[in-house]
Amino acid sequence: MEKKKSTKVLILGSGALKIGEAGEFDYSGSQAIKALREESVDVVLINPNIATNQTSRSLINKIYFLPVTPYFIEKVIRKEKPDGILLGFGGQTALNAGLTLHKQGVFAKYKVEVLGSPVSSIEKTEDRSAFRKYIESLGLKVPKSTVCKDIKDLREISAKINFPVIVRSGFSLGGLGSGVARNKSELRKIAEKALLIVPHILIEEYLENWKELEYEVVRDKSDNTIVVCNMENFDPMGIHTGESIVVAPSQTLTNNEYHFLRKTAIEIVKNLPIIGECNVQFALNPQNGDYRVIEVNARLSRSSALASKATGYPLAYVAAKLALGYTLDQIPNQVTGVTTAFFEPALDYVVVKIPRWDFVKFNGLNEEKIGSEMQSVGEVMSIGRTFEEAFQKGIRSLDLSYEGIISDKVKDKNKKNKFKTLHPTPSRPYNIAYNLYFGMDVLQIYKKTGIDTWFLERIKRIVDHYRLMSQPKSQLNSDILEEAKKLGFSDKQIGEIYKKTPEDIRRDRKKYEILPKVCQIDTLAGEFPAQTNYLYLSYHREDHDVIFSEEKDKVAVLGGGPYKIGSSVEFDWCAVNSVVTAKKMGYETIVVNNNPETVSTDYDFPDRLYFEELSWERIQDIYDLEKCKFIISMGGQIPNSLVPSFEKGRVPTLGTKLEFIDAAENREKFSILLDKIGVKQPVWKKLTNKKDALKFAHRIGFPVLIRPSYVLSGSAMFVAYFEKEFEAYLSHTGMKVDNDYPLVISKYYEEAKEVDLDGVAKNGKIVLSAISEHVENAGVHSGDAILVYPAFSLGKEIEKELLTISGKIAHVLSITGPFNIQFLIDKKDKIPKIRVIETNLRASRSMPFISKASATNFIGVATEIMLGGRPRLKVQSRPDYFCIKSPHFSFTRIRKADPVLRVEMSSTGEVASFGKDIYEAYLLSFLSTGLSFPKGGVLLSLGGLAGKRRMLSGAAKLHKLGFKIYATGKTAKFLNENYIPAKLVYKVHEGKKPDVVDVIQSRKVGLVINLSDDSEIAIKEVVREYTDGYLIRRAAVDNNIHLITRAESAILFIEALTKYGLDDLDVYRRDEYLAKLQSFKIQRSKDTKTQNCGAKFKIGKKKGNYIDIPVRNFLNNNKEE
Amino acid sequence: MNKKKGYLILENGKVFEGFFAGAEKDVSGEVVFSTGMVGYPESLTDPSYKGQILVFTYPMIGNYGFPKKRDDVLSGSLESKEIQVSALVLSDTYDHESHWEANESLVCRLKKDNVPALAGIDTRTLTKIIRKSGVMKGIISQQKPTASRLFLSDEKVNPVDQVSCKEKRVYGSGKIHILLIDCGVKYNILRSLINLGVKVTRIPWDQDPFDGNSLYDGVIISNGPGDPKDVKETINTVSTAMDKKIPILGICLGNQILSLAAGGDTYKLKYGHRGQNQPVKDVTSGKCYITTQNHGYAVKEDDIPKGFEPWFINLNDQTNEGIRHKTLPFYSVQFHPEACPGPTDTSWVFDFFISGVNRWKRKNQLKY
Repeated sequence: MEKKKSTKVLILGSGALKIGEAGEFDYSGSQAIKALREESVDVVLINPNIATNQTSRSLINKIYFLPVTPYFIEKVIRKEKPDGILLGFGGQTALNAGLTLHKQGVFAKYKVEVLGSPVSSIEKTEDRSAFRKYIESLGLKVPKSTVCKDIKDLREISAKINFPVIVRSGFSLGGLGSGVARNKSELRKIAEKALLIVPHILIEEYLENWKELEYEVVRDKSDNTIVVCNMENFDPMGIHTGESIVVAPSQTLTNNEYHFLRKTAIEIVKNLPIIGECNVQFALNPQNGDYRVIEVNARLSRSSALASKATGYPLAYVAAKLALGYTLDQIPNQVTGVTTAFFEPALDYVVVKIPRWDFVKFNGLNEEKIGSEMQSVGEVMSIGRTFEEAFQKGIRSLDLSYEGIISDKVKDKNKKNKFKTLHPTPSRPYNIAYNLYFGMDVLQIYKKTGIDTWFLERIKRIVDHYRLMSQPKSQLNSDILEEAKKLGFSDKQIGEIYKKTPEDIRRDRKKYEILPKVCQIDTLAGEFPAQTNYLYLSYHREDHDVIFSEEKDKVAVLGGGPYKIGSSVEFDWCAVNSVVTAKKMGYETIVVNNNPETVSTDYDFPDRLYFEELSWERIQDIYDLEKCKFIISMGGQIPNSLVPSFEKGRVPTLGTKLEFIDAAENREKFSILLDKIGVKQPVWKKLTNKKDALKFAHRIGFPVLIRPSYVLSGSAMFVAYFEKEFEAYLSHTGMKVDNDYPLVISKYYEEAKEVDLDGVAKNGKIVLSAISEHVENAGVHSGDAILVYPAFSLGKEIEKELLTISGKIAHVLSITGPFNIQFLIDKKDKIPKIRVIETNLRASRSMPFISKASATNFIGVATEIMLGGRPRLKVQSRPDYFCIKSPHFSFTRIRKADPVLRVEMSSTGEVASFGKDIYEAYLLSFLSTGLSFPKGGVLLSLGGLAGKRRMLSGAAKLHKLGFKIYATGKTAKFLNENYIPAKLVYKVHEGKKPDVVDVIQSRKVGLVINLSDDSEIAIKEVVREYTDGYLIRRAAVDNNIHLITRAESAILFIEALTKYGLDDLDVYRRDEYLAKLQSFKIQRSKDTKTQNCGAKFKIGKKKGNYIDIPVRNFLNNNKEE
Repeated sequence: MNKKKGYLILENGKVFEGFFAGAEKDVSGEVVFSTGMVGYPESLTDPSYKGQILVFTYPMIGNYGFPKKRDDVLSGSLESKEIQVSALVLSDTYDHESHWEANESLVCRLKKDNVPALAGIDTRTLTKIIRKSGVMKGIISQQKPTASRLFLSDEKVNPVDQVSCKEKRVYGSGKIHILLIDCGVKYNILRSLINLGVKVTRIPWDQDPFDGNSLYDGVIISNGPGDPKDVKETINTVSTAMDKKIPILGICLGNQILSLAAGGDTYKLKYGHRGQNQPVKDVTSGKCYITTQNHGYAVKEDDIPKGFEPWFINLNDQTNEGIRHKTLPFYSVQFHPEACPGPTDTSWVFDFFISGVNRWKRKNQLKY
């Protein structure tokens, strides 16, 4: 077997999860690492995303938690001297960095071979005009288009083209800066925005209502080429494929269309040429079969991850093997074991992917339009034997309180209601069903939406059955029930129609023997026997494909479902680690999850994978067959919300008893419990009318935190500083407050420290714990805060106290398994007051961070304990390094969002880096979020006198560091009065030049610090006014300039800048941090430059190693210690 | 919900209950499955399925309706004039069509062609039975089966005779003249040849082409249904062509016929290869291709005729997928280079053969 002799390979990850680049790259990277390790290749990974599976020690030892940028990659290459590099497994981030390094000649210089597709091929696909030229050279069609490099050219171009057009920007993630323009002014608007981000844009013919299709192509070095999967978008062209419902395989294409596009895709891939995986996107005219080649991605992508899960063909794994020089027929088919990787999967099921948006998390934006830019934050995949079955399953998997495609109230008395809008929004599919119910014609809907009538007819089939069931005289007989189940209705919804409980329906089904059957995904539609454990359930079957043995004890771990803000790859890591541990302990392991972007849904690591909805109904189905015990504490909020059902249904779970989980979740019960054990918490009350709510707010004193009932979607938490805001919030959101929708008001503590304690307990005794401290004071959601491990400013006394309180809570709740407690530390009084904000008796978001930062697998230990094992634990000691987790925001994607930190979480991902001290760790962590080291100027816009005062010394330092300071009116005046030179720039509303947006757009500044009066943001946020602060913040994020909106993080950042320049930052692997601390010590004493900067950090002492001096600058409210 | 119930009764006694989605009538035939995900109109009109009850493993069939029947062989996308299968078995279909090329729904067309389809069947379970036990007879019945129901004894019919043309016909024009022996030829073989600018004379399977003055530059033996050993006349014709050293290309059944004519042997596969994802490897070049296949018989890999060598093998089960003569221009493939349905990866086989014919013709200067 002749393969390349790469012995050491560097893989680039994709960094933080962000809109357009999410968990799919954890999956593809993990597969690649696995494939390389099988070949005994020495693998090195750069990926600062600490929540991922690919950065697990069990998978790989040599990890750099460093920015995936040319600068750091080169440093790593210099140090590690790999002979090969893989660019295709870390999304656009890795690819862009790789292309830059290639151009800079770095690979040639260090003799690193780019494995897989050659760089020249990638370049052809990445630059739009080169791409166009290439496709046309093959005699193939691309959309007609014109390049626009300057806004000045626009007039001329506008005169020549036919509207509508679509604006596209090259080299961008998921269509950033793209949009559809129907006239000149719309075009101008989009072009202006896009040209800020990219040097040129393409203005193309808009293929309105054309079908959109994708082909996943694999080619080896011997030119053997296959198409693993094709996929069809439910929404026509104009809706980004990441925003569209997608089905696999295509449903509405004839043989000629399918295979013409297949042939074309292969031709493109062979000529590029690609070695490995490639995605080709097409538009297809539904009137005459005409086509256009839209895009080619010469790397693993979101679509390739979906295709892998849809078919069972491990694309990333195979691509990695091909990069090493194997040919397809040399790689065995992992599913069948008897055939090779040179085949095209035949599906005997249909897969539906549905995106999940989280607009509500971005300032409560309720119903945004979707279009050619990606804005969704996650997705679910569902599998069925019909589109209807899979589609309704997928809808429920979204965890959005939709019970099916007909989830709106459709009582007959509403019949006079007008039809709902069919504009492209997240709720369009539901509106289609609604309109169909009220008699709108399929063709009419087709004309308005361009969605193929095949999909619409299938939805109509569901609607028709719903209507049949809803007829007053309808009796639920066996035929109707069976048909309903085949169409994907849930027991709950059927029950609602017939005024029965889901349990009643379940009983009826069992009586009629209408039960779902377990089906295998075997890549060959049953043609060959396969030992596959990749499963789903369907009502279209007579027999199970598998048998259920009771030989071994079985453990089922529930995954986290779709990624959304507040719940993403970290829970995937937890689920995976839990399964791995249980498997090691000899249990038969089962995973239930529905998110294709995950590693937990990789069928080759649990004993059985149920790619299924995480609904109570489905869990009962699985339990009835498998008789397994469930671990529900790994998947975040979705499994946690099933606790009452598990309790009621008497389905066995492992870990903390369900009644205690309920006691921790239920605010009232928890409160009583805390009172009993003498633990403080912020004053709160549940109120059922507005008058009482306001009265209570006055009683405890403003500011207060308002927490609306979660039943009302779209209502976010809010901090009110004054009565006026309180009222404005309630009236502007039009919020109902009554017995069904109570309001929780609690005291909001300004300038209090927030701390997370993650731990594992056994029978109420803590066996493992770690404290991480937030940089920002309370008021920033813990998911958006910068987290530091170990704590840097608390001191032994407080840490001890935190542990004592945690011990009491663990005891009273009899915790067995993972938990997380959030604390508020109010240092305003002499003796700091510690209050408990909340306790979660499940794995928390910070588990992977804490586990990796402390080198102790909390989830492994927790799982072992839950399964009755006795893990051997090392004594925990305070590390001599710092590990800092920073949030990554995708504000550029969400056009209207105000990029300010609030009590509601809005970050989409996170990164973490290690450092010798807090400053180095923070700088590396900050750079890892994709921002650059600031150069040139700094824009300061500081609201209120307090804010100005707090930043005074920081501003002086920035000045001393040589930054040119720009500041808005009052800030400039204040600084100048304090002898800090600052150049005045105008706020936008002042109407004078230069204004704030000018200095940002012209990149005169590399850092923007915008502290607003909290109250200013609060009230404007409610009434949705565009303030000057908003415009500054928006301009900063839209221009990819570091924006800081909190004084605490600003001070830390400035402090770090004074200690370290970019070149001072060290490049160490995680294992080096863990093992070679002594070497730091030695190096430190030699390195005088950093010695001076980091002098306060005492290296080498085992315990009590707290930094003191910097903290004082850092915490303005720090009055004692 | 007023669908008429229907039953599929297998030779091994297993009964599946579904409902009629096409013509409502009783039929019997060999039950075979195909794993293709697109191209049901092409498959249903493929003469190689004559007499068979075809099971689609893809669960939703009929999505884009059925194209218009055309009298002109060379246009359109169907593979013969009518639906050839005895019956169709599927999991789910919905009576509508949404495609610009569709003329009617699948259900509608099945009714017109008087072909029954049984829907609502667990086709995966059915497929697994066939995979495990091999292909077997089946009956589509309107009546619920009773224990005493017997399988009709095998009346020996030659399905090739049913699907082959009845008289000679000439297509296209060009310097090269190809004889096409029609054992149930798929239209796309004809289309593929005509697109290459050759003249094609299509004759019935049992006609002797060499009795008159006709001179042919090459012979193509088409695909077709059934057991190759049943078409002795065709085997004889091919032997004659070999004696005359006329370049030959066998496709599918034609591959088996060439092997038999050359002294090789064929056998029946347990459950055949039917689908559009069959991987084959050209053992002479090492290149791999994805192909469409539809065959129940195969050439014995350990009984390759004298003078021949294996050309292709199946990467899934290592069975033979084509042979070629070591010195003479005799080739054959077990898969379908004309695709329809399926991937077009091997359409080069036609070019390869025709250019071979050209070379041979130049070399031998119209010897025959």
